[in-house]
Amino acid sequence: MNSVVGTPMDRVDGAAKVTGQARYAADYPQEGLLHASVVSSTIARGRVVKVNSEKALQVPGVVAVLDHTNRPHVSSYDDDYSDDDAAEGSPFRPLFNDRVLYSSQPLALVIADTLELARYAGSLVTIEYSQQAHQSDLLAALQQTHEAPAETPEPRGDFAGHFAGADAKVDVTYLTANEHHNPMEPHASTVCYQADGSLVIHDKTQGTQNCQEYLHNIFGLPKDKLRVKAAFVGGAFGSGLRPQYQLPLAVMAALHLKRSVRLTLTRQQMFTFGYRPRTQQRLRLGVDKRGALVAIGHDAIGQTSRFEDFTEHLVEWSGMLYQCDNVALSYRLAPLDVYTPLDMRAPGAGSGVLALECAMDELASAAGLDPVELRKRNFASHNGNEGKPYSSKELLACYEQGAERFGWARRQATPGSMRDGNQRIGWGMAGGVWEAMQMKASAKASLDSTGHLTVSSATTDIGTGTYTVMTQIAADAAGIDVGKVTFKLGDSSLPTAPLQGGSFTVSSVGSAVRQACLTLRERLIERARQQRPDLASEADTAFTLENGQVKAGKHSVPLAELLAVDPQQCLEVQVEANPDDKRKPYSTATHSAVFVEVQVDDDLGTVRVTRVVSAVAAGRVVNPKTARSQILGGVVWGVGMALHEESQTDHALGRILNHNLAEYHVPVNADIGDIDVIFVEEDDRVVNALGSKGVGEIGVVGVAAAVANAIYHATGKRVREFPITLDKLI
Amino acid sequence: MTATPDQGALQRPLQMTINGEHKTLTVHPWTTLLDLLREQLDLAGTKKGCDHGQCGACTVLRDGKRINACLTLAVMCEGAELVTIEGLADGDRLHPMQQAFITQDAFQCGYCTPGQICSAVGLANEGRAHNRDDIRELMSGNLCRCGAYSNIVAAVEEALPLIKGARP
Repeated sequence: MNSVVGTPMDRVDGAAKVTGQARYAADYPQEGLLHASVVSSTIARGRVVKVNSEKALQVPGVVAVLDHTNRPHVSSYDDDYSDDDAAEGSPFRPLFNDRVLYSSQPLALVIADTLELARYAGSLVTIEYSQQAHQSDLLAALQQTHEAPAETPEPRGDFAGHFAGADAKVDVTYLTANEHHNPMEPHASTVCYQADGSLVIHDKTQGTQNCQEYLHNIFGLPKDKLRVKAAFVGGAFGSGLRPQYQLPLAVMAALHLKRSVRLTLTRQQMFTFGYRPRTQQRLRLGVDKRGALVAIGHDAIGQTSRFEDFTEHLVEWSGMLYQCDNVALSYRLAPLDVYTPLDMRAPGAGSGVLALECAMDELASAAGLDPVELRKRNFASHNGNEGKPYSSKELLACYEQGAERFGWARRQATPGSMRDGNQRIGWGMAGGVWEAMQMKASAKASLDSTGHLTVSSATTDIGTGTYTVMTQIAADAAGIDVGKVTFKLGDSSLPTAPLQGGSFTVSSVGSAVRQACLTLRERLIERARQQRPDLASEADTAFTLENGQVKAGKHSVPLAELLAVDPQQCLEVQVEANPDDKRKPYSTATHSAVFVEVQVDDDLGTVRVTRVVSAVAAGRVVNPKTARSQILGGVVWGVGMALHEESQTDHALGRILNHNLAEYHVPVNADIGDIDVIFVEEDDRVVNALGSKGVGEIGVVGVAAAVANAIYHATGKRVREFPITLDKLI
Repeated sequence: MTATPDQGALQRPLQMTINGEHKTLTVHPWTTLLDLLREQLDLAGTKKGCDHGQCGACTVLRDGKRINACLTLAVMCEGAELVTIEGLADGDRLHPMQQAFITQDAFQCGYCTPGQICSAVGLANEGRAHNRDDIRELMSGNLCRCGAYSNIVAAVEEALPLIKGARP
């Protein structure tokens, strides 16, 4: 049978998605469903003195108004509110007490017969506060920082000495903006209250079991009475890594009323929880006469909340992407009266590599070197942070193939030297890196007597293509036609899976799926040999399963006959896959080289990204079609980060101003030019048995830096505060 | 204000055709077309992304023209012929735009997809997209956070010649 892994297959859930049949968290009808609406805080810090809900309760059709004084019992312990992606500290406890920790914090929940009524009644709830002074501005809090509780690599060599003596150097500081995930689907939970008091919940999440555990801990409900499902997730990009407050609030309402309840956050409320944090990053880079890096210093300050210390891998990249013996990295946090930040697509690398790769471009200028050449000269085959070789790192091929496809050789080095009429043309590039992780994961494979294989794991598909790639992996491993394979996910009752994030789903869940299906095939062959001696001498590779017949050589046996002994006439295998020990001596990472062309209008300062080439080395690509889409999407995110995205805060109120999709700009179709994706061949026998590293994040990393570097090349201006809006260019 | 007037007394009769089926409905004057579709008719394929006409996820076709269902009150659709994502396919036979979206992988999470497809069919009816730049510009009312724009343009380009002049 021909391998389907590595072939560009259409999404198996494509038809459901283009016909409107794919149901997301708020799309499930339910008999007698109640609708809830959140009332949010108008102050950034203080206490609630009184929630006045009488007027709301007088509206016919309003069923209840919950606040911290009348909600159902919940746990008070921090540990119970923790989750698989929790930051260090005291997690936010919705409606727990009278404390207001940030502006737009949920303080009351109105539950009514219809959505319109719930929202209208919510407008009638007034809240009396005792207000305290707040601080929401990172730049005003740079003197009140503490060391981030992160595993920041220890300094190596003598950074200060070598930086002082470098032949060419840069010392530059960048500012990145707060950004919100803004998946197109708002966070929503539909809690279906069952006759026996158990709850079936459709939630928008990247981890159904993470949510189940969270609810179990805070409400004290047994896990077998809590089933969390997420068959389809309308984007998440990290926003679903932690249970968000709509989930416990909807559950509170359902438990209080013993009714089914739906709570969908408004787009405005999508700005009232986690986000990519604003950072200030100082980069100090020095090279010797040969252009070899002799000193790298990366000092970052990120914002966090007063209740949790959010950390991400922000500065590590500067110690691992290039060869350098003298490295000093630091990472500090500034607590503010805001919500805790949250992992957002390529967390840490999105901002950290942006600063590093802009600084590398500035260094190339200072040293009089071509930006690609500078990077090639400093290629690292070892991860300097860990002192380990990379299991594979085809980054040089990324530079070469990307440059070739882009036509980099035709670049005129002098900034402002390329133009087309009123448009200055800029060509810039940057490198990208992301970890290739693997987590423990389980999967179950089940073959029925008709020859249909069903494989399942409690992972999710946030648009990445999990349904499709797992189907491909299962088909290959089991040796079954891909059309006879179904993959099930998005249900806490399925075999244990990690959160879907960090680009580790193919590596983790894919490895479990592969092992389960390989084992299933072995057992089937074993059974065929036992039951039919005429098959005993056939080699493993000779066995096929087609049309309900197990065949080998000239012999065949009906599958139904082989499975007759099983209680359900089906053969079932469940496995748990763990990262292989052979990974330990190695560092594992994906890499990219991104080349960007921009046009900057002379008079208006408008920037258009007309052309992008992204060359990616991510090991074996399971599905080039869906993987390419991941990279395309990553490039769009990078363009947004460079030019558009910024959650702007009114620091007088401590509140986000542009909390809607008209004023929080994400790229639209017309903002995106031609994008060319290259998957560079990379053979990795270490990372996992599939040889696949994952592509969810790498597409983003480096793009924003390449855009900024292209803008410099077009204009001669270094804008070090992101996003690069036109006011910064004219 | 101490009480809201009797909700039932405010309801209005409404007749319209949805996906080829004649409907006689009773709606509140404040109910949007989007909430009518999603909450009362279980036509949940039409998505709510912002409720403010900023994202395009709720795009449907009214008398062949693309509109934001969130900015349209249900009572404004008296006598209208409405087509939602659920009404585009002919039984199991997908509309050419739906097929092109699958072939070109013009979506990832799929949440903006019903709106993108309805918008693209509306664009075909308008007959004013002649090249890729036109498509990019005229599809810019539909946000896609997954960033599938390149493939959306490819899908619309592929399907446009197949559906010219054919109003769904």
